[in-house]
Amino acid sequence: MDATTFRTCAHTGLRVHLTAERLIKVHAVAGVLAILFGGIAAVLVVLTRWPAVHLLDPAMYYRALTFHGINMLIFWIIFFEVAILYFAAPIVLGSRVAWPRMGWVGFALMVAGSLMIDVAILRGGADVMFTSYVPLRAVSYFYLGWILYAVGALIGVLNFFATLVVAKAERTYEGSIPLVTFGALTAAIIAVVALAHGAIIYIPTWLWSLGVVQNLDAGMYRLVWWGLGHSSQQINVAAMVAVWYLLATLTVGAVPINEKVSRWAFVLYILFINLASAHHLLVDPQVSPAWKVWNTSYGMYLAVLASMIHGMTVPASVEVAQRRHGLGKGMFEWLTKAPWGNPGFAALFLSLVLFGFMGGITGVTFGAEQVNISHNTLRIPGHFHSTVVAGTTLAFMGLTYFVVPLIWRRRIVAPKLATLQVYVFGIGIAIFAAGMTTAGSYAVPRRHWDVQFTNALFQPPVEAAAYVFLGIMGLGGLLAALGGALYVGITVLSVFFGRRIPDQPGQIELAAIPAAGKHTPISGTLVLVFVFLAAFVIYYFLNWKWLAAIWYVQ
Amino acid sequence: MSIQTLQGVWWKKVDPAEKLWIGIALVWCLVLFAMMPLWHFTGKQNPSFETYRTTALAYQAKVDAYVEKNKVGEDKGVPVVAAKPGEDVYMLGRMWSWYPVLKFKKGETYRLHLSSMDLLHGFSLFPLNLNFMVLPGYEYVLTVTPTEAGEVFAVCNEFCGIGHHTMVGKIIVE
Repeated sequence: MDATTFRTCAHTGLRVHLTAERLIKVHAVAGVLAILFGGIAAVLVVLTRWPAVHLLDPAMYYRALTFHGINMLIFWIIFFEVAILYFAAPIVLGSRVAWPRMGWVGFALMVAGSLMIDVAILRGGADVMFTSYVPLRAVSYFYLGWILYAVGALIGVLNFFATLVVAKAERTYEGSIPLVTFGALTAAIIAVVALAHGAIIYIPTWLWSLGVVQNLDAGMYRLVWWGLGHSSQQINVAAMVAVWYLLATLTVGAVPINEKVSRWAFVLYILFINLASAHHLLVDPQVSPAWKVWNTSYGMYLAVLASMIHGMTVPASVEVAQRRHGLGKGMFEWLTKAPWGNPGFAALFLSLVLFGFMGGITGVTFGAEQVNISHNTLRIPGHFHSTVVAGTTLAFMGLTYFVVPLIWRRRIVAPKLATLQVYVFGIGIAIFAAGMTTAGSYAVPRRHWDVQFTNALFQPPVEAAAYVFLGIMGLGGLLAALGGALYVGITVLSVFFGRRIPDQPGQIELAAIPAAGKHTPISGTLVLVFVFLAAFVIYYFLNWKWLAAIWYVQ
Repeated sequence: MSIQTLQGVWWKKVDPAEKLWIGIALVWCLVLFAMMPLWHFTGKQNPSFETYRTTALAYQAKVDAYVEKNKVGEDKGVPVVAAKPGEDVYMLGRMWSWYPVLKFKKGETYRLHLSSMDLLHGFSLFPLNLNFMVLPGYEYVLTVTPTEAGEVFAVCNEFCGIGHHTMVGKIIVE
């Protein structure tokens, strides 16, 4: 019966298909559970890698690290992204979900897959890290869990495409799809590529774990696996940028200055961003330097160009809206008088700045073929915690504070604490990632229980500074964990105990879209992006300088 | 605006400020791209072009013969091998050691062969921060020239089981 039931949102005027709403709820709940599980493991991991504490024994450390990686990078992120897809097509376009039953089947497969994987890890059957590189072996239901999860997520993605077709056919909207839906479509296309690689690599690996396939080439595994491992992080980038535009709209009524430009930047992602799975193979023997140079550069860095475009158009959309709201004095009044007390806006801006200045710059620099020779250390997790955590996760946290009032129709229980949560988490993870990256520049290895090499045959001398930065990493990690705990606490309490919001306009504070006016300058944004470019250039060439100081190798 | 549909002919000319930024960003992207081939011609640190298929058995036999012929001593029970400048040098990674200990001379060039007997290992020279991946079934040949005297350590930087953090080897540069 509910396949045809709709309600009209009193706050946004959107026509909401109740099935879509329910699917969003269950996927979001699963995502929040995953971040809770992954977060508990995160505390154990960071307290072990902080040499002053060194909490877990080796077996438990490697188990906790495996659990943390998969629950955060795959379960939290992809459950949340599928929830975004059920928002971006059915709700934004006022359409029904094309295949309601398949939506539930996909969700059930994702839940079953994630439970199998988590149980396998917790029972000690899969101490193989996030990457499970063969010939490292896990119990076979661990690999089957991956396959089920990937197929379930793929069904969610296909349901999104089908809903776009249905909305068009049933004329639930006129004109071109909105920018947020366009960004979600980008993420969905990238997701198909990522999840297909997941199926291609995990089906033979599962058969290998059952003894049906005898030999899997370690180099082939890495090549195909990273088609999943890295591309799934590119889903995050595209989804995060779509969420940036959405948060900018909800919090300041943002006006993208030129949607043609923003959309072309998304198209560049679709065309080029997945080549970057080569970032993981730059110091591998199985592919040639020519292959490495072309792929690691995303085809001449055109996906980086796309990110640099969004990095300008998102703040510019905020600046234009703010100036039209009357905050146009000088260069930066639009920014200083921005709604910094709104958790959605705080998350948007912190996510944008940390992703760009920390995650983006380090990622592109470490992804240069030769520079990678001196970066395959703790610098790498330092980099990706500033993209996928400070960037994607923070943006998703900010969005949650709109999902709860608009979808669950409940008030956030402690709105001021929610704002504080965003800052605590963002600043914590920035300190954590900076400590980690810098410790890595002293060659501290990643995925490693004991940087003091206590039980090793030889004891390399570790510089004192490395310990200082590992300590900074530890403190930042604890701060971020506090922010994460607040996020889970506030979200769960609001969903269950938040006051119900009456279905009347004006009950939820959403920014007004300013009236179209004359040409509005974006001088503040221009200053910001040139500061960014300067930081990028300096960091990039510093790394080549450091590279030039090590042994010659060719 | 970003959740509203666009009507009619909605595309418009690109703003000059946007054009400026896109142009500069594109130039920067091309610089980023040019750096890599440029460094292959002018830089001293480049990933190797040389790699061969091998097996654990075949590679182990090569390393054993090499150690037998060139052994000059022992360090904590691990054979120390004096590498001859310009020649092939062999090292293997296995759970959880690098074998053997190598002796290099500063400023001389060596063809360092690397392979794994079992799982993936990360060959990471500590504290130099020079890293390559070592895969079972692949023989990776790196032409290396140590630029400083002293001891460096081969640390494993890819997870290879419960003893991963104890996998430390040694290279002595004289």
